[in-house]
Amino acid sequence: MNHFLLAAALTLSAPAAMACETVAIGDLTVEHAWSKATIGAGRPGVFYVEITNTGSTDDALVGIATPAAGMPMLHETVVQDGIASMPHAMSIPVPASQSVQLSPGGYHGMLMGLTTALKEGDSFPVTLTFEKAGEVTVNVDVLSLRAEGPDCADAGQ
Amino acid sequence: MLGVGAYRTRNRPALSEVLPLPIGEMSWALTDHRDQSVRPTDWAGHPVMVFFGFTWCPDVCPTTLSDISLWLEDLGADANRLIVALISVDPERDTPAVLADYVSSFDPRIIGLTGPADEVAKAAADFRVTYRRVDKDGGDYTMDHTAGVFLFHPDGRFASIIDFHEDRRFAVPKIRRTLS
Repeated sequence: MNHFLLAAALTLSAPAAMACETVAIGDLTVEHAWSKATIGAGRPGVFYVEITNTGSTDDALVGIATPAAGMPMLHETVVQDGIASMPHAMSIPVPASQSVQLSPGGYHGMLMGLTTALKEGDSFPVTLTFEKAGEVTVNVDVLSLRAEGPDCADAGQ
Repeated sequence: MLGVGAYRTRNRPALSEVLPLPIGEMSWALTDHRDQSVRPTDWAGHPVMVFFGFTWCPDVCPTTLSDISLWLEDLGADANRLIVALISVDPERDTPAVLADYVSSFDPRIIGLTGPADEVAKAAADFRVTYRRVDKDGGDYTMDHTAGVFLFHPDGRFASIIDFHEDRRFAVPKIRRTLS
């Protein structure tokens, strides 16, 4: 491998590029996986991702697993009468020909029992389990606590 | 305007139970993330923006604080007189040191407030805010809480609420109306 290719390979493994990589399984594409830095390991982390179903069959995200946390769960932020609560979501529908976002203020993965504090610039794998498509693993970028999402245009995607 | 007028005349208890008290009529005593005591009277003459939350919360609270940071950036130096406070509904875990760590990720004009449980309860009552502890498996717990951002005029009168899912484009003009 020449130096140019080596540099390109290193760039692809850099954190900024990971959230922008797209992983496909069957009719599903999974991209923009990101998380926020945490204060210590005692507080839960969060997991956001975008899933697109290009097929004609409904699917559903039924679970997440990661070596970064002992008890990852799917949650939904619900605001009713001005009061925010965060009920557990048994599954998140990914209907045919639609995109679903786990994003701030809505569906999200809650990573309880972190094995270590999440620091900006870190990355960790999360395996998503779909009812029909099965399992797929994505790399998750840890952005700042203040981040609103990965900036993929700037990452050259 | 009609609503505010009615709530100030005291013969409409239904409304006054829903709207936050004027800052000057509040009675709580809390501690900020720099360990300084803060009372409502300290805010006299300043426009005020208050949000209730807790640092354990991974989604709503950092999202709101990110939004607030962007609004403050938009407003620039115009917002320097604005008091911006996160009041913790989880004082058991949110010590001033934890809040200091937390707010350091956001606009430096945002302060964190915590205190004894009864003072937090008093603040919530003054702002007409609801919160409750929700126990989870394994001894962990989370908090349900009012998610809106409260705005007050410099004379302490309640101005408006920015709802959690409100179109963010309306937030900055709402804040601006409290600054003059």
